[in-house]
Amino acid sequence: MSMQQTLPLPGVAPERTGGYRRDHLLVAEMVRPGSRVLDVGCGDGELLQLLESRGIDGRGIELSREGVNGCVAKGLAVVQGDADTDLVNYPDDAFDYVILSQTLQATRQPKVVLENLLRIGQRAIVSFPNFGFWKMRLQLLIGGHMPRTENLPASWYDTSNIHFCTIKDFVELCEQINVKMERAVALDLYGRPVPLNLPWWVWNMFGEQGVFLLSRGGKAK
Amino acid sequence: MSNVRPITSPQTQSDDRAHETDHPSSLVAKFGMDQPLKLDCGIDLAPFQIAYQTYGELNADRSNAILICHALTGDQHVNNTHPVTGKPGWWDTMVGAGKPIDPEQYFIICSNVIGGCMGSTGPASLNTATGKVWGLDFPIITIPDMVRAQAMLIDRLGIATLFCVVGGSMGGMQVLQWTAAYPERVFSTLAIACSTRHSAQNIAFHELGRQAVMADPDWRGGRYVDEDTHPHRGLAVARMAAHITYLSDAALHRKFGRRMQDRELPTFSFDADFQVESYLRYQGSSFVERFDANSYLYLTRAMDYFDIAADHNGALATAFAGIKTRFCVVSFTSDWLFPTSESRALVHALNASSARVSFAEIETDRGHDAFLLDVPEFLEISRAFLQAAGKARGLKDGGQS
Repeated sequence: MSMQQTLPLPGVAPERTGGYRRDHLLVAEMVRPGSRVLDVGCGDGELLQLLESRGIDGRGIELSREGVNGCVAKGLAVVQGDADTDLVNYPDDAFDYVILSQTLQATRQPKVVLENLLRIGQRAIVSFPNFGFWKMRLQLLIGGHMPRTENLPASWYDTSNIHFCTIKDFVELCEQINVKMERAVALDLYGRPVPLNLPWWVWNMFGEQGVFLLSRGGKAK
Repeated sequence: MSNVRPITSPQTQSDDRAHETDHPSSLVAKFGMDQPLKLDCGIDLAPFQIAYQTYGELNADRSNAILICHALTGDQHVNNTHPVTGKPGWWDTMVGAGKPIDPEQYFIICSNVIGGCMGSTGPASLNTATGKVWGLDFPIITIPDMVRAQAMLIDRLGIATLFCVVGGSMGGMQVLQWTAAYPERVFSTLAIACSTRHSAQNIAFHELGRQAVMADPDWRGGRYVDEDTHPHRGLAVARMAAHITYLSDAALHRKFGRRMQDRELPTFSFDADFQVESYLRYQGSSFVERFDANSYLYLTRAMDYFDIAADHNGALATAFAGIKTRFCVVSFTSDWLFPTSESRALVHALNASSARVSFAEIETDRGHDAFLLDVPEFLEISRAFLQAAGKARGLKDGGQS
């Protein structure tokens, strides 16, 4: 019997409310109705469908051909493309929001991608799995191997997620490239927001994923 | 014995085909001297006529019209028995009852392009000014000219805005030209296996075809109708060469491999020993029965000249600036005539114009011709795109038989 099966298996599939993923509902709530949105790495288009159902003009980019074709078959405006190479083709201020949902960790240059998001969009919404989550830490600390979760089930050798970070790491990157955090939410294992008044280290420990609403910062200090 | 005629056998062109040129067995819109077609070459073409077919009913709002643009050797007979060949409509995978473009749901229009030979005015038509067939006196036409003529037809039909303009290959070029020239008249587009400009390689293949036609002594400098001949051999060779570009290596291998045609051993001659040879000869000889050689010259030329960016100061994004039309761009992995990279360049330009664009690359080994074939994923995407666009257009949901 392999080691990871004896350890507490972390990560639950995202909870759903009314058929929608909790994290998607949170993202949708951050977007003003009537705005224009680009979803980078839109997968099967689930989030875009939720946004369009709320009267938002949504577009998507997806790397996998299967994902794109599934989206187009749902009537979504999605093109095949790569966050690392194709964002440069979009003009400045083309969208009100650019969303990067659970994709940042799979890009080759997360910093460049983040800068592009806030060039193309007035605001960016970025969500990512928090590698500082306690169960992740536990797998590494006790099990001694790279963590795997239900949401991130791939082994280290075949995962497309090549740039994992913690919530703390991400906050530091935002400060470094002068990005303003308008809203930050950490979701716990059950998809519940971690209370706002707790200190950062609590988020970084108990947030399974972080969801950030970002805008361009003012002049660098 | 092979049922395939060698392309060197003497043939007379079908009388049906010659008759269709001026008196098509389809609807015809005639435009008089007062309504000339203003051609890119500077000539006003008048009088002229556009042969077209329609299927389904135009709704009360006049909002459900789909214009289908045919490819190089296509015509208006998209969903009915062809008057010359007796074959089913050329796009029966896409158009028909229960198909993505269903006459139950949409008012479907398909017209023969200007310069064609199935009833719209072209080099095979009678020039009323001279009482002779136009031949090479017919002015050079372009893709924008074809679209301009279609727009006059759509005006005549009393349709302000088309719900969708659909087409593959040369048809896709017309689709893109429609959106660039009349963005406000096109609600959505389905542009398949096409490009915003003809590549050098594609121009080269077309030149090969034209030279084959013109090298045939029966071409007679384009005046073969007057001299009662037809450059069958040249046109058949042109078609054979072109047909190879519509397929893929994998598709040819799967279909024919190195199999022999009705024989076990090679004949040690230049007879069509291989099935692929026999198939190509058949493609060539059946094509010349339904197509005019000069028309082939004119239409290939129109494709060669096509370059939307060049018409907009070299910037493709300018051509589509501020466009509201919903785009669906489709390419096929094994299409080397209009490869995915061409579609991707179009999509980048559309993104830069903030256009609403979907883009799918379909995995298939059937080459450029895949758009005419039963490729379920492609047809499903087309259906879904049209239904989503129909919803946005306020058309009632349909498609169920």
